Amino acid sequence: MSVNVKVPILTVDNLKVHFPVDTGTFFTKNKTLKAVDGVSFQLHEGETLSVVGESGCGKSTLGRAVLQLLHNTDGQVVWMGQSITGHSVKEMRPLRKQMQIIFQDPLASLDPRMTIGEIIAEPLVTHHPELAGKAVRYRVREMMDIVGLLPRMINRYPHEFSGGQCQRIGIARAMILQPRVIVCDEPVSALDVSIQAQIINLLGELQQKFGLSLLFISHDLSIVRHISHRVMVLYLGNVMEIADKDDLYNSPKHPYTQALISAVPAPDPAVRKKRVVLKGDLPSPIDPPSGCVFRTRCLYADEQCSQKKPDLVDCSTSGLNRRHQVACYKIETIDD
Amino acid sequence: MSNIMNVNDKLATFNDNFSDSADLTEVVGRSLWQDARIRLMRNKAAVVSMIILSIITLMAIFAPWLSSHPFDEVYWDFIQVPPNVAEGFWFGTDENGRDLFVRTLYGARVSLMVGLVATTVSLVIGVVYGAVAGYMGGRIDNIMMRFVDILYSLPFMFFVIILMVIFGRNIYLIFVALGAVEWLTMARIVRGQTLAVKKKEFVEAAHASGVSTTKIIFRHIIPNILGPVIVYMTLTIPQVILTESFLSFLGLGVQEPLTSWGVLISEGAKVMESAPWMLAFPATFLAITLFCFNFIGDGLRDALDPKDR
Repeated sequence: MSVNVKVPILTVDNLKVHFPVDTGTFFTKNKTLKAVDGVSFQLHEGETLSVVGESGCGKSTLGRAVLQLLHNTDGQVVWMGQSITGHSVKEMRPLRKQMQIIFQDPLASLDPRMTIGEIIAEPLVTHHPELAGKAVRYRVREMMDIVGLLPRMINRYPHEFSGGQCQRIGIARAMILQPRVIVCDEPVSALDVSIQAQIINLLGELQQKFGLSLLFISHDLSIVRHISHRVMVLYLGNVMEIADKDDLYNSPKHPYTQALISAVPAPDPAVRKKRVVLKGDLPSPIDPPSGCVFRTRCLYADEQCSQKKPDLVDCSTSGLNRRHQVACYKIETIDD
Repeated sequence: MSNIMNVNDKLATFNDNFSDSADLTEVVGRSLWQDARIRLMRNKAAVVSMIILSIITLMAIFAPWLSSHPFDEVYWDFIQVPPNVAEGFWFGTDENGRDLFVRTLYGARVSLMVGLVATTVSLVIGVVYGAVAGYMGGRIDNIMMRFVDILYSLPFMFFVIILMVIFGRNIYLIFVALGAVEWLTMARIVRGQTLAVKKKEFVEAAHASGVSTTKIIFRHIIPNILGPVIVYMTLTIPQVILTESFLSFLGLGVQEPLTSWGVLISEGAKVMESAPWMLAFPATFLAITLFCFNFIGDGLRDALDPKDR
């Protein structure tokens, strides 16, 4: 295996985010909801890592914990070689310049009482209070131009814009400090399909132009295939499989990934695909199955799967330096 | 032919001008407050109300020069007479033979002051306190709101009497006492609204940009809860003015010969059958003032909501 010389910009190591759940009665012990339960990955410069999974599998929680908007219960987030876990609000402030987030609901993420000029300028004014009003406006107009908004709309309010335009405003706000990492929390799921493509292409362009790294959270596999370099599959807060995009789409190893990929509609109606249909529902993250969390819905599960949680193991087929990792005991027995 | 050329030229220059002016007018950044002022100025009811209120305020300030009669002089020949223009008793006199016009204006001084000062005090303390408690949440919220509950349970009259005993009788003490009681409800309203707003994504976005907690509260939370706050504020003003008259009635507020609208109205109400003017004039002034505050409040609320633009 060749050594990757580039230091990852962001390393997440065994990240856990648990929430206490109030059971309602006074005498019973409160339970914990394990939203993210031991996730590790690395994000390199200029790379797009997508996080996919069903609703409620902890994708958004993971994104927020990476930015330390939520405090993690265990594990570490390492930013350029320095651990930022448990940083206070003050300690995080200088780092916020370099990591930003784009939200799912474009309108809700914009303050309805602010003009978009003020909204886009806010991070800039916060981190560079020394900038004069004129310089701020210049940067704002420049950024509006970059994301494809007319600079003369600077005095409009968010409700005067369409969803796609609102998302552009959100992107402009995230980009104005020229961050190195942007967490995109389902940035296009609230938009209609034609607008989705525009926003995705815009993100791609910005990545090229500024060397951005993206942590792209989505449940739409076709969009993920279009934008990402690597893909991570999450199930009940656990990583099932993490691989280069082509490896994952062409030869998924984990039974869950196989089921997901087989559910993507084929653009050609003549193609008849073998469909893997999962039975049952997503188990509750308050009371997850023992061992492999996926075993209750897995076609291949047996006694071994309920004993111990499987580790992520390397199963690269090609000799690329990036590895294809799967958390499953049954890789050998499953055919592609 | 030349005509057509001319038209085309004109059209071209017009288009140039148009696009130029569009660019120039739009590039200047505006804030919510600047926008709100422009929108408030377009609201006719609010503007008229502001003019009327200014007139009443000016009349109250210049009261001694507006009438030939002092506010506390007793005219023995004119006890409880109806409005009499010839003698300069435009609003008539009260049962002690004092000029009602000048007394109404003096009453305006006290009532407007009480209304504005007590409401401002309650607004400032209540909004900041409620927003901080709601935004911080958890234990801080609990402690802050239980403190409010304790103050709530303190009987108001008891509180005022204690203040009087400690600091002596003083009209400014009434402002403080009323403000100190009114902010409790405001704090509760604001806290509830804050709880609803703080979970919105734009607050999280500000947090993710590294905006400090204080700035999030003042720049994002408070502007977004102003609607209910302003409505409650316009309800507080009349309440405070009437509470002042109640305190005066008990001998804890303004004292004779000084007066307030509340006192004049309660005196007038006693003799409304024999001397209706004693009720009608101060009541009209109070009603007009309250209407004005309501229109201004509505105008402000609409002006601060960009969706109404």
